[in-house]
Amino acid sequence: MARTRYAPDRGLTARMTATLFLLGLVFVAFVVVIVWILSAIGASIGAIVFFAIVLGGGLAFTSLFYSDKIALAAAGAQVVGPDDRRESARKLHGIVDRLCALADMDKPVVAIAPTDMPNAFATGRNSKHAVLCVTEGLLRRLDDAELEGVLAHEMSHVAHKDVQVMTYASLLAIIAGLLIRFAFYGELFGGGRGRGGNNQNTALIFLAIMAVSIVVYAISFLLIRLLSRYRELAADRSAALLTGQPSVLKSALTKVSGAMSQIPTKDLRQAESLNAFYFAPALNLRGGRQSLSAIFSTHPSLEKRIEQLDKIQRQLNQASPE
Amino acid sequence: MGFLDTLFGRTKPVQPKLDDLFGLPSAALTLEAATGFTPTGSGSVAFRPVEGKTFADITKDVRELLDMGAGKPGGGLPVEVTKDTFGYTWVISSHLSDDPQGLVTDLHAVNSTLVDNGFGPQLLCTLVAFRDSQERRLALVYLYKRGTFYPFAPQSGERRDNALELEVRGALGDDLKMEQDLTRWFPVWGAPGL
Repeated sequence: MARTRYAPDRGLTARMTATLFLLGLVFVAFVVVIVWILSAIGASIGAIVFFAIVLGGGLAFTSLFYSDKIALAAAGAQVVGPDDRRESARKLHGIVDRLCALADMDKPVVAIAPTDMPNAFATGRNSKHAVLCVTEGLLRRLDDAELEGVLAHEMSHVAHKDVQVMTYASLLAIIAGLLIRFAFYGELFGGGRGRGGNNQNTALIFLAIMAVSIVVYAISFLLIRLLSRYRELAADRSAALLTGQPSVLKSALTKVSGAMSQIPTKDLRQAESLNAFYFAPALNLRGGRQSLSAIFSTHPSLEKRIEQLDKIQRQLNQASPE
Repeated sequence: MGFLDTLFGRTKPVQPKLDDLFGLPSAALTLEAATGFTPTGSGSVAFRPVEGKTFADITKDVRELLDMGAGKPGGGLPVEVTKDTFGYTWVISSHLSDDPQGLVTDLHAVNSTLVDNGFGPQLLCTLVAFRDSQERRLALVYLYKRGTFYPFAPQSGERRDNALELEVRGALGDDLKMEQDLTRWFPVWGAPGL
């Protein structure tokens, strides 16, 4: 075994384990409660729950399977080849080629989005179907080394299979969200008629399912956001180790985050659906209370990200490897 | 990458494979017999520098180590160290054209210095230059992370001679582990030492 300077971050692994464990716990509790409610009454509502699970699962897997195409279309991005006329596109390919050779990865499809917002995202269910997209704003604002740092961050998302992990993690929230909706309509059309005791019973059950689903949705939403923030830190970490230049990544982060806050709101709203896979959050929840917005954020704060990169910088520069 | 690594978002930096590099001198003979390309005697190693003094010191050590042999019998010219536009450092070693063995030894010294100091994952590729009688240029590029070789034949204006590259792959298939995945044959335009 060769000596290494690239020790894994055990703290981050432990925090991610805890988050995944809690997600699993919520999932099991959800299933138990739903089964318990259903076993108390007839099968007609069981069919609704079953339908929600099938539909939610279907939605999740469709989005997983077509994530690359959906994301490209949503961003209005154009795929560019290595022999593109534009010099910036050729340079992009050169950087990606080298990073792939350095990390021994399959080369992703490279695309450019004609947006001034400086950002980048990577998506696709695995490295064979990965798409790496940068905006024109990013190409214009960052120098080559900073661009490389951002690309390394995005390619780390691909290597970590973040699209898959986040889709599986979101499955529960999708199903719970659908159940809230179904229970709400069931309440309107099924329970609302108020014909006799049986229907009143049904209305109560719809209410119970709705209440449970809301609680599950809220908890899993927060856990998914937490997981997303850890995945961002993990990608930052891998990118810094891959390029060997944590400082350059820091300056890229600072530049991009600084520019993000000056973007008009309309662009931000359009970009919201892609948020989880972006380099920096397109949506800035900058309420008066910093701590509250931090819980809902898909990305860790700039300070947290820079703090971690400082640590990696020291680690890479130690006199002798461990 | 294992299941747990995916779950926790960890990537282990890929360690380089070094041994296959020593197949180069005998492959050079095969290449000359099959295509008429001969080694120019120069070759280079590209790696991604790490910021900070520790890595800068190691780069200096590499340079001093290689220059010790320069000028002596079996040694080459003093090495050149340059930085390319993508931020990679290239160490260029030049020997007599009939001394591929000495060249490979030099290139290997760069590898082992980086690996011994724990910076093995920073190695990108190594490149050995060839020419034929019509002054066509060819490089054999060794990918450290895959342990495979691929040919790179640049022409003027950032075009590459794919026919020649495929011919070279066919000629060397028995001598070297050639990269089968053509998408990994990334171009190194203007690589130092080519």
